[in-house]
Parts: sequence; C-alpha cells; structure tokens
Amino acid sequence: MGGARFWTAAIGVVVVGLLVTRVISNQYYYFAAYVILQYIVLATAWNILGGYTGYVNFGTAAFFAMGAYTSLVLIKALSAPLPVLLLCAGAVGGLLGLGLGYLTLRLKGVFFSIATLAMAVVLQTMFVNWEYVGGSRGLSVVRPARAPFFSNYVEFLFAVMLVIAVAAVAVAWWIEHSWVGRGLTAIRDNEEAAECMGVPTLRLKVLATTVSGVLMGIAGAPFPYYVTFLEPGSAFNLDYAVNSLAMPMIGGTTTWVGPVIGAILLGTAQQVATVTISSALNLLLVGVILVAFVILAPQGLVGLARRLTARGRA
Amino acid sequence: MTDDVLLDVRKVRKHFGGFAALNDVTLQVRRGERFGLIGPNGSGKTTLINCISGTLRTDGGHVVFEGRDITGLPAHRRTRLGIARSFQIPKPFASMTVLENLEIPLEYAAAGRSHSGDAADEAREILRLMGLDAKSDVVTAGLTQIDLRKLELARAMAARPKLLISDEAMAGLSAAEVDEILTILFELKGRGITVIMIEHIMRAVMRFSERVAVLDAGEKIAEGPPEEVVSNKAVERAYLGD
Repeated sequence: MGGARFWTAAIGVVVVGLLVTRVISNQYYYFAAYVILQYIVLATAWNILGGYTGYVNFGTAAFFAMGAYTSLVLIKALSAPLPVLLLCAGAVGGLLGLGLGYLTLRLKGVFFSIATLAMAVVLQTMFVNWEYVGGSRGLSVVRPARAPFFSNYVEFLFAVMLVIAVAAVAVAWWIEHSWVGRGLTAIRDNEEAAECMGVPTLRLKVLATTVSGVLMGIAGAPFPYYVTFLEPGSAFNLDYAVNSLAMPMIGGTTTWVGPVIGAILLGTAQQVATVTISSALNLLLVGVILVAFVILAPQGLVGLARRLTARGRA
Repeated sequence: MTDDVLLDVRKVRKHFGGFAALNDVTLQVRRGERFGLIGPNGSGKTTLINCISGTLRTDGGHVVFEGRDITGLPAHRRTRLGIARSFQIPKPFASMTVLENLEIPLEYAAAGRSHSGDAADEAREILRLMGLDAKSDVVTAGLTQIDLRKLELARAMAARPKLLISDEAMAGLSAAEVDEILTILFELKGRGITVIMIEHIMRAVMRFSERVAVLDAGEKIAEGPPEEVVSNKAVERAYLGD
C-alpha cells in the first residue's frame, strides 16, 4: 500500500470511529472495542520486535502493566491529566525496552524469550509488594467526572485508544517501508551476516525494543481508567503475552496488516466467547486457533492469501 | 612500502578459554594484491578472518586498515570502511530475494561510496558479473549450493569493498564450478579490489594468489610466493606430519 493511500485510510478510520460514537449509544460496544483496539496496539508493538526483528518477547504483560502502573502512580500522586499519563507511560515502557535491547547483546533465541518472561515475573512480584499502589489487593481509581468532547468516559477512552492504535500501526508501517525495516529483516534472517553487511545491528535492535516498549507502555496508560480498579494479577495477566504473540502469528508477522487482522479476528472471537459461553474459554480458544495456524498456515492469513493469489496467477 | 599496505595485522591474539586460536599473528596485505591464506583444519584461518572483519574481538594486537587502527570498531563500521567478507557456510538473508540480499549492503555499507545513484541498478550489475542475473527475483531459500556461494560473493561485493575476504567459497564445489568462482575472483582484481582467499583447494589457491601465508595451530609458519611456500619444510610438516 502506497504512502498516500495508507495515510488516507488511517485518517479515515479515525474519522469513522469518531462518527460512530455519535450513532451508537450502547456502552457495551465501546467496552469491547476498547479491548480489541488495545490488542491492535499490543500486537503491532510485539510484531515490531517479534515479527520484523525475530526476537520473541514473552514479556508484553510487563510493558503493559508498567504503563498502567505509571498512570496509577501519577493519578494518585498528582491527579495528572490523561495526556501526561500517556507520555509518561510511553517513556517508562521505552526505558524498559531500552534495557531489553541491551539484553539482546548476550541473549538470543529462546534464551531471550525466557528472560523476558522472567522479567515480567520479577516486576509483578515488585508491584505485589508495593503498598503505595495497593500491593496484591490493588487500588480503585475514580474516573474524572466528565469526559472532554464526549458524552461519557467510556466513549472517550474508546476514541483515545482508537487514535493510539492508528498511530501504532502508522509507526509499524513506516518502519516496514524504511531502511530501518529492511535492516531489521536482515537481522531476523541472519544477525551475523547483517552486521558484516554494514547493518548496525545493536542500534537497530535497541531501536526496535524501545519503540515496541513505548507502544506497549502507552497501551497500558488508560487501563486504570478503563477498569477503575488495578491489581497486579490483571495488569500482569499472561493473556497479554499470549495474545500479543498469537495475534501476529495468526494474521502474519511480516507486514503491518498481520497483527491488525489477527487482533481484530481473535479479539472479536474472545469478546463473543466471553459473552456467549464463558470468560475462561478465551485462552483455550487462542490456543486451539494458534495450533491450527501453526500447522495449516505458518505464514499467517497474509501468507495464506499470498499463496492462494500466487497459485491463482500461475 | 607502508603507503601501499592496505591491511596490517599486528601480533593479533585470540584465546578461547585456555586454547590459543591465534598466537601473535602478523601479516600485511598490499593494495590490489591477491593474497592466499592456507593451513590445516583448525589452524585459525577463520578465526583470523573473524578478527579482521570484526565479528570477534581480539585479545591482543592490532588490526590496521588504510593506516587506521580499527581494532575496536564493530563489524558494521569496518564494512563501511571497506572490508567485506563472505561466509564459509552461506548465510543468506533467507526471506529475501537475491536482489534484495544485495540491496542491504548497498544501502547500509556502500551508500556513501556508491558509484551510480540507483541501488537496484548497481545490484543488477553485480549479479550479471556473478552470473546470477537470471535468479535475481528468486527467494534465496531455494538456491543451490553453487548459487549460494556466488550470492555470498555478490553480497560482499555489493558493500563496495576495498578488501574482500573470501572464506572457502569453493569448498564442496565441482572442478568446473571452482573455475567459475576463480574467474569471478580474478575479475575483482580487475576492479581494483584486494582479495584475501581462504581455501583448502590447493590448485585454486596456487593459481590465484600472488602471495600466500600459512597458518598452523594459530601461528604463521610461512609466507611468500606460492611456489616457495609449497616447498617449505615447515609447511610440509604441518600438512603431512613428521
């Protein structure tokens, strides 16, 4: 997709999304759509590191929770406004990502992945023991009385997450179409060869982990207002790690569309399952779909579509 | 003499635990030279190449390129300065096409030094030279051994190097294919590129090199014109034993 067309589509999505809030008044739809949009951000962010660069991060929940807890602290200490929350949560996520980037110096492949999982566990333990943010009991958050521009706060949060999601996808699109993306692909294919062909592998990896961390942190920033009650168990939930990995795998990891498609399909399926069957079924659903895709369409839906069109032409 | 020294390796040392892979190796390669590096298996040839190209850090000594000490530089900076290498076991960017493989070094290493403006044109020209032009749009995962070897050299060339290090580009190839690679390497000399060739196939090294250095157990045991080196007693011992 060309640059002009991509940007037109991106702006179009935001405008349509905002217009929808004038038409639909059932709050449930915004609740559900918020979660799906949040997963678009997380899956897209995960894919910048996991899909483009080939470093599988099992610690998405840690970045997300760090964003959410950054917000919580700022709300409790300073009653900071949402833009400040987004900015600070992004910065904290970015710093965590920066650290993760230097970790890639020593840890590759599955060892890197295990380290990210361990990082999530360590951070969760820290927050469980931090009384100021409620420890393991958690802390309630009171939403601001009125939402700017919108009739209620949930619609406002939906609109905020919509803009974040479109921005995250735009970042991924830019990376994919720039020298950065080509360098990251070279790293994924063969890191040593990439370095020997002039690609500054460490700098690019650190860039990828940082950008990914910023986006995941921002995704967590409005979360305290969304749930109005934050506790470590839900913020560090393994669902975030599993979903943000499964969604790009299902959609396809090599392009920006993959995580978006995966997040919309899987996210919607989970929402439907939660309402119609049970919320415990969510993760089972993800597992079954993921196994099916790994076996039947290892390149995801995008790869499957390419294969079918190529066969059609031949 | 010092003016035309392109690469100056001074007392380079590399240990892996208690094992001395390179023990104070010193050698010089002149600008425009065809230099052969030989030695039995495990003698440290590839380790030396890794130290020169920067994928390994040396434990002592210096690597000087065009009068500049590059010992502390990471590999990608050295490539940008003009040192490119091929890998003994081909390491293609497997998800990319042959042409895209070449565009990586063209974009990252040669950007400041490239001749013509268009990277794709330059990549195609290199592929023509290597006889890979028919496969430029093939994804590299499906290439044959000989084509992978050629791609290794083509990709190294796309970095627009002053010094190209070919690490066993011919191992396991047939006689005709060896000749094909040799022709390509001779062609490089015509373009003013200095070449270091690491090879086990003696026929090829002897035909190609103007000067040969022999490594054995991490030490340089001989250096000189090929005819001289093969008649050297120490070299004979290293290969055949006492």
